[in-house]
Amino acid sequence: MSSVYDVAIIGAGVTGASIARRLSAYKLRVVLLEKECDVSFGVSKANSGIIHGGFHHGASTLKSRLEIQGNIMFDALQRDLHFPFRRCGILVAALSFEEMKTVEKLYMQGVQNGSIGIELCNRERMLSLEPKLNRDVVGGLHAPSGGIVEPYRLVFSLVESAVKNGVELKTKFKVNGVDITGERFHISSVNGETVTSRYAVNAAGLRADEISKLFKAEEFTISPRKGEEYLMDRNAAAFTSRVIFPVPSPNSKGMLVIPTVEGTTMVGPTAEEIEDKEDLATTGDNFEKVFYSARRLVPSVSERDIITAFVGLRPALEGNDFYIAISTKCPKLVQAAGIQSPGLTAAPAIGEYVKDLLKKAGLILEEKPNYDPAIDPLPRIREVDPFTAEKLIEKNPSYGNIVCRCESISEAEIVEAIKKGHTTLDGIKFYTRAQMGRCQGGFCTYKILKIIQRETGLSVDEITKRGAGSWEITGRVGEFQIFSRTGGKE
Amino acid sequence: MERQLICISCPIGCRLQASWTDETDITIEGNQCPRGEIYGREEVLAPKRVVTATCMTAGSPMGTEVRRVSVKTDAPLPKEHIDSLLDTLYSMKIPLPVETGQVLLANIGGTGVNLVATRSM
Amino acid sequence: MTEKKYDSVIIGGGSAGMAAACRIAEAGYSCAIVERETALGGILNQCIHNGFGLHHFKEELTGPEYAERFIQAVKDKGLDVYLETTVMDIEDTGSMKSFYGYSSVYGLLHFSCRSIVLAMGCRERNRGNIGTPGTRPSGIFTAGLAQRLVNIDGYIPGKKIVIVGSGDIGLIMARRMTWVGTEVLGVVEIQPYPAGLTRNIVQCLTDFNIPLHLSHVVSKIWGKERVEGVRVSPVGTEEGGNRASFDLDCDTLLLSVGLVPDNEISKKAGVDLNPETGGALVDSRLMTSVEGIFACGNVLHVHDLVDFVTEESQRCGEAVCHYLKGVAPGRQYRTVSGANVKYVLPNMYNPDGDNRFYLRPLVVKNGAELVVKIEGREVIRKKLRHVQPSEMVSFTLDREEIPSLESSRGNTLETGIL
Repeated sequence: MSSVYDVAIIGAGVTGASIARRLSAYKLRVVLLEKECDVSFGVSKANSGIIHGGFHHGASTLKSRLEIQGNIMFDALQRDLHFPFRRCGILVAALSFEEMKTVEKLYMQGVQNGSIGIELCNRERMLSLEPKLNRDVVGGLHAPSGGIVEPYRLVFSLVESAVKNGVELKTKFKVNGVDITGERFHISSVNGETVTSRYAVNAAGLRADEISKLFKAEEFTISPRKGEEYLMDRNAAAFTSRVIFPVPSPNSKGMLVIPTVEGTTMVGPTAEEIEDKEDLATTGDNFEKVFYSARRLVPSVSERDIITAFVGLRPALEGNDFYIAISTKCPKLVQAAGIQSPGLTAAPAIGEYVKDLLKKAGLILEEKPNYDPAIDPLPRIREVDPFTAEKLIEKNPSYGNIVCRCESISEAEIVEAIKKGHTTLDGIKFYTRAQMGRCQGGFCTYKILKIIQRETGLSVDEITKRGAGSWEITGRVGEFQIFSRTGGKE
Repeated sequence: MERQLICISCPIGCRLQASWTDETDITIEGNQCPRGEIYGREEVLAPKRVVTATCMTAGSPMGTEVRRVSVKTDAPLPKEHIDSLLDTLYSMKIPLPVETGQVLLANIGGTGVNLVATRSM
Repeated sequence: MTEKKYDSVIIGGGSAGMAAACRIAEAGYSCAIVERETALGGILNQCIHNGFGLHHFKEELTGPEYAERFIQAVKDKGLDVYLETTVMDIEDTGSMKSFYGYSSVYGLLHFSCRSIVLAMGCRERNRGNIGTPGTRPSGIFTAGLAQRLVNIDGYIPGKKIVIVGSGDIGLIMARRMTWVGTEVLGVVEIQPYPAGLTRNIVQCLTDFNIPLHLSHVVSKIWGKERVEGVRVSPVGTEEGGNRASFDLDCDTLLLSVGLVPDNEISKKAGVDLNPETGGALVDSRLMTSVEGIFACGNVLHVHDLVDFVTEESQRCGEAVCHYLKGVAPGRQYRTVSGANVKYVLPNMYNPDGDNRFYLRPLVVKNGAELVVKIEGREVIRKKLRHVQPSEMVSFTLDREEIPSLESSRGNTLETGIL
């Protein structure tokens, strides 16, 4: 048995994960390489979670074609993978007749693209579809095929499915060198590990340009475009039934009001060209911008409901289209770069598309007879009725131990997350939602620290928020010299 | 000599005015109760504080379930003894069971102040 | 599914829940406490410092000692206590309430009861609530979480600490972190005055020469994986643009930026909330807008002293007993906030009984006076000396002090601080 992989995929975001899962249906040895300690910890984590409706981009772009194809694939994908997804529909609200002209163009674009059920709406229809809209709305567009998804859960389940079908996942594998000998890529990491593969896929998100350089393939530049978003409590009055978009400007889809699939409300994102691929700082200046814009759409958006803010970086490429192609300089490498919005929507279609490109590049695809597209659904205590809950608790009492009170997450679900390899606080947060609610971990962090210790054998000072350097606890009481500067008499 | 003090004997936090010529002649004003007077005098002469902390219990493994028992000094302790008391109590392991009020360390540094448990376990 | 029937069920086994429960049990009603943690006592268990009980027990106790006295009373009265049990959605079917308790110990419990006392306490405001800009590394804790980690688990969250907010938990944690051998670089408070008790400024900051930066905010947090530093800026200046801003190298930020009543279950039960307190709107009996559901303690409004929680909760327990006995509430009229008052509770008063009020001032004022009016007529005028928003004011309005009221009028009681 040779230790050569057929395909190495670099990057375990939604793009890499979709490709890995698609390839797992074939008799191939596939390895998925991720620099972070868990999957979905980059661009895919801080994401609006919109399944787009296929009207924002013209039919000539690759991303528009993949968006429409990807959108259609979500129902089947959810049936197999059980991630939170709802086809709630998208509204674009025009607040002036000038804006309405743009909406009409979007509508025509949507029709051309084949957006299912897309319609133009007058004021009355807009307000009946969403009574929380600004009363000054003059009309708009309704794309019923649009929806919302929990992006990290989508990635987790894609990876779980891929791994179940034989894909190997290597986390903390930060690629820093590629040697090419004959028909082989030798991909090495900063930790000194090396994997060898016949084909490679560059799905490295913000670092796709650097990875391409390592393969001595095409030169291009990924420019991070920063987006700041604010998350509001699940009881927020501004929770709408559909995603609300403003009328877009030429550069940006604008800032939206998003009813997340888990019942919270999100507003944003901003769009700001920056240099630093690690600049994940919120600024405070954008706060006013986001809330002004969101309140223009839905006046009941209130800053009182904010529970957290975060930053996501879009891996934008010049020209703003996706760049998915066989490298001309390095013909066994497939590039999947510039996957920004609507990348999440397009991801399942990208998996398909890249699979076809690899075939074109010479990879032989033979279907696996025992390929199982489905993973087991995980019961979640807050989603089941009391009778089902009783049965779950009878079978496994830790379903009755509600660890995260804000989101009603049981100990059993946290243990399950740890067993699936999510051993950091953030990994557990994104897998289970524990710490993601209104108290942001104030009540449950200490409980989760204990569960991680018990399940993994790690000591408390080895537990991190999201990998090396992000430690939580520095020591135990009694370990430090006391120097309280409490003198006697002054 | 004069000093402005804030009484810490209770949450009211009376603003005290301490004035004295020598250590035997201290006047305290501004206190609403006799405890303010006592506090003011002590603060001028030899400041004291109640110390609270937690100790490990014996037999608790250094694993995940370390059980700690809360403790306090049963009277305010002269400040200069505080750091060494903390060092001592952090290295103690209290055998269980323990009762609230049980003396865990008697006559700290010869001050007559004791360390007692504040919870039964 | 195990069915449980009680006259009254108390949700939350902290100081409020235990005090209310004891009163109800003393009157002979069947009563149970449902508590999600592994022990009764609530947040008192981690408040190992002293300063509790001066009003109620006339002696100074630590949090665990204060809790233990009530835990003992709960035991002595033979109350049913369901620990490690989380209450899910309450259903109100008129004279009977029902809800589920999820527990790894008891399995799924179904409770039916004639009355419910909400006593779930409060939660801490966090970074998202105050919108501190910057990166999102590890090392940012609410002060209460850090208190739990240090005092109960013996874990130290960091070595160089900056504390945001001068609330009592923040101040107490400044001393605690010093006493476990870490360095507290400063306490940053947005208001021009401290949010916590003066005695805590003295014994937790002054004692250790820990600087208190009033009228300042943390305007930026940096550090990729773990907190590496913060910028402290005077209020009203733009980040970085003012010379008076300064940076502190720290690995940990503790937030003590206020508490919010934790009313999620209440909302699901249909209880109307007061935006000023974050707690329920209650009548003179501390009954919420839902018949038979009462509220007391920090879930009703955030108290600064546990002694007041106990007092309020005992009154609540008595009111539950009257309700269970079938005593009609009689006449009740509205109470409203007047000058310089953030809120006054309860939201109704009973002119035919004795009334106890709690109010929170909006201002810092020396030589303040409490002025209570009914229909514009002054019924109480009383010197308060020093008032400030961090210190609750309580007062009693006895039956004798209330003039005869015409039932045709609103008879609104207005409370002001002049």
